[in-house]
Amino acid sequence: MRKRESSEHVVEVATPEFEKTAQKKEARRGLLMALPSYLYLILFFVIPLAIVLIYSFATRNRFGGTDLSGWNVESYERIAEPIVRTILFRSLWLAILTTVICLVIAYPFAYYLSTRKPAIRNVMLVFVMIPFWTNFLVRNYAWRVILGNDGPFTKVTEFFGLGTHELLFSQKAVVLGLVYGYLPFMILPLYAAIERIDGQLLEASRDLYGNGWQSFKNVLLPLSMPGVIAGSILVFVPSLGAYVTPEVLGGAKTTLLGSYIVTQFLTARNWPFGAALSFVLMAVMLLMTIIYFRKGGRTL
Amino acid sequence: MSNAVEPRGLSKVGLQINGWLVYLFFYAPIVLLVIFSFSESRNVGKWGGFTLSWYEQFIDSSNARNALENSIKIAIVVTIISVILGTMSALALERFTFKGKRVFDALLYLPIIIPDVTMAVMLLLFFGEFFEILDNLFGLQLRKGFWSISISHIAFNISFVSVVVRARLAGMSTDLEEAAVDLYASRWKAFRHVTFPQILPGIAGGALLAMTLSLDDVVITQFVAGPGWTTLPVYVFGLIRKGVTPLINSISVIMLVSSMLLVGLSLLAERTRRGG
Amino acid sequence: MTAAVKLKGITKKFGDVTAVDNVDLTIEDGEFFSLLGPSGCGKTTTLRMIAGLEFPTEGSLSIFGEEVGTLAPNKRSVNTVFQNYALFPHLTVIDNVGFGLKMQGVAKKETKERAMEMIELVQLAGLETRKPSQMSGGQQQRVALARALVNQPKVLLLDEPLGALDLKLRQEMQLELKKLQRDVGISFVFVTHDQEEALTMSDRIAVMHEGKLLQVASPEEIYESPANRFVADFIGRTNLLDGTTADNETVVLSNGTSIRAQNTFPQGTKVSISIRPERTKITQRSESSDPYSSVQGTVETITYLGNARVYGVKFTWLSIEVREENRPGLEVFNVGDDVTVHWEYDAISVVED
Repeated sequence: MRKRESSEHVVEVATPEFEKTAQKKEARRGLLMALPSYLYLILFFVIPLAIVLIYSFATRNRFGGTDLSGWNVESYERIAEPIVRTILFRSLWLAILTTVICLVIAYPFAYYLSTRKPAIRNVMLVFVMIPFWTNFLVRNYAWRVILGNDGPFTKVTEFFGLGTHELLFSQKAVVLGLVYGYLPFMILPLYAAIERIDGQLLEASRDLYGNGWQSFKNVLLPLSMPGVIAGSILVFVPSLGAYVTPEVLGGAKTTLLGSYIVTQFLTARNWPFGAALSFVLMAVMLLMTIIYFRKGGRTL
Repeated sequence: MSNAVEPRGLSKVGLQINGWLVYLFFYAPIVLLVIFSFSESRNVGKWGGFTLSWYEQFIDSSNARNALENSIKIAIVVTIISVILGTMSALALERFTFKGKRVFDALLYLPIIIPDVTMAVMLLLFFGEFFEILDNLFGLQLRKGFWSISISHIAFNISFVSVVVRARLAGMSTDLEEAAVDLYASRWKAFRHVTFPQILPGIAGGALLAMTLSLDDVVITQFVAGPGWTTLPVYVFGLIRKGVTPLINSISVIMLVSSMLLVGLSLLAERTRRGG
Repeated sequence: MTAAVKLKGITKKFGDVTAVDNVDLTIEDGEFFSLLGPSGCGKTTTLRMIAGLEFPTEGSLSIFGEEVGTLAPNKRSVNTVFQNYALFPHLTVIDNVGFGLKMQGVAKKETKERAMEMIELVQLAGLETRKPSQMSGGQQQRVALARALVNQPKVLLLDEPLGALDLKLRQEMQLELKKLQRDVGISFVFVTHDQEEALTMSDRIAVMHEGKLLQVASPEEIYESPANRFVADFIGRTNLLDGTTADNETVVLSNGTSIRAQNTFPQGTKVSISIRPERTKITQRSESSDPYSSVQGTVETITYLGNARVYGVKFTWLSIEVREENRPGLEVFNVGDDVTVHWEYDAISVVED
């Protein structure tokens, strides 16, 4: 390699080889920075994931343990059984219901938010963020107190002469808890999407003789679609895998996928079946997320 | 929305009412919970005169106190390690190109996307196998507890911290770092004096998120906690499943207040930083 | 004069894209030197290589005779004024200005004194405790200048520093920069895409296009005798008419008109003749004008600029632009008038395609 002497330094003249070495060195620095997390995730995430996959093909033995031999797909076949199917569809239905309710509440709210003055808007946003940061279990528990025996909810229904309504331990209570828990996940991306829209487009729509509904349908909704999709996935995904809410607010008749999986591990001791179920759950969510990114979503 | 169209007439009234209802929906349960935590009645949803006895019961309960202590210890360890690892990942992804970068990027997203329950199952099986291997190889009799919980929390928090810090880094032009090295700063000094102060709000945000998620987690912790060694949310969850008691009200309010305090402090810090 | 910066065979590739292609360039000490070209021409990459923010793929780069091609930027005695100033938003003005000195390990007291001195020089005294976000674009620009100059660099590099300012402020800063350069006496290397700016400020200009150096010369030379069609077209407004050389005195335009145009190209070379609009004259149609230094045409468009009128004159399928400064008693033409456009013989330059 050519070198040239100077008074203080020996600086190499640029060559393609030098450039290549420099780029490699830079790449090594980058890898070195990523490496601790990389290794950590391989050890504590990728390997565990692989173990779940292996278990899902294993056999449950008579003692409730798992034999890691005699591979089969029985656990996956069991998903087609009526009782599992019922739970699967129930989870799916409740997750969809939760998503739609959140959307219906959050959309007008996000629109209203985006039309406020910046100062007021910021305060309003903070008060949406606070529940988002507050302990999820506690927030679900609060509804247990409200809906409980002789609690405030009963008081209100009795006051209006509607009689005593038993909401607790029903599917309605679970949906209520899920909506309560995940509404901020819907509001925030919707707000972000609507806030970006130029209000002049709506004025232009009005100017071109569109009425309110037409402006909404033809201008506002299509432009805010990324927010609708983002929010829907952010609500749907955790609702589908919900465990805490159905445990706190639901009852025996409202077993959902999350609780069912946990049962397989903690009480039924059918680990291969539980592993298969959790793997399927993960695959669904992964698929949804890929769709989300394909549709151009960028924030999570 | 820029140049927003002010809603008119009936739609305006509807939007306003919806707005107030949303806030009522968000805050009424929280406020009621706080009120009932001071109620003397044994029924958790009924007012029976003012008392502090449920809080006293919490202080007297060594189980609850231990669980709280465990939660705090874990949250601190988890936050520190996640912030360091997450920030390094963010820097590597935003400022460097290296082999396997795309795989790493995708891998980092997985813990965010994956359902709690799946992650819990993964870690349960993993620690079972892992401890068995350690036992067979070295005769180590490890038990689930502090470290298994911390390791699990870090496994998902690295990703959350990295996403938050990355957003901040992406918004920071590389011009600033180039200006620093142009002005005789070494790479390290450029990081210390320019990059780090710029991304500090992101790091703080990531830390807050990591701490909150660690303090909140029930599902994963429940699977990797050891017998007699657990965190406050898992302890409370266990109590709720056995049946509600006013004690749960008081613990819940304590958890509520502490998470709000955490957020309040961070908002305050943000404001003073911006103002100064 | 000594060479402040010398590039020999400098090439920079980004993957398959060649951003800078085998450039030889010498920048003298104490000159105001501009790198001019459209965006993507490689001028900024060239500047960044001198700064050390980019290493060349190949070639030798020296500053005052010392090879620095692969030396880290923090070890080079050059400083940069960045396009968007790149002021550190978390530091006050005085800390921004003192940053370079602090990094070099200059004592705190001295750093402060020298930074203050520089702040006074760029007329920002009294604002030293402000944050960049509390300042106007023009003020930020001055901070960026002070932050670079306080280190007493051997060469100052400026990457389109005036691009973000409005026209009036930009013109003021042009004069001020030129004066500052004379005062400090070091060479300024100034990157711009604005040809007018380059012409106003520079001692010499290098015109770049697609990574290649097209011409390095004084502003007058670049304007009067552009090296090729691109330079002629890029610098100022000009009429470019395609043709072929008939001999060293004559070019035949694509419509058959013979024009007297001195050139050194072999017979039959495809060339363009370049005539600046302000070097042409417009009169009523007269057959008596020299047919080799005029064309007969019809006024097609008129643009009124206040201080001047610009006529678009059509002859056969070609057209030519004529600029006439406004003065009292000037004959004014209308659209459709038959006119003759003529020029002095030396107003024409012949450039290769």
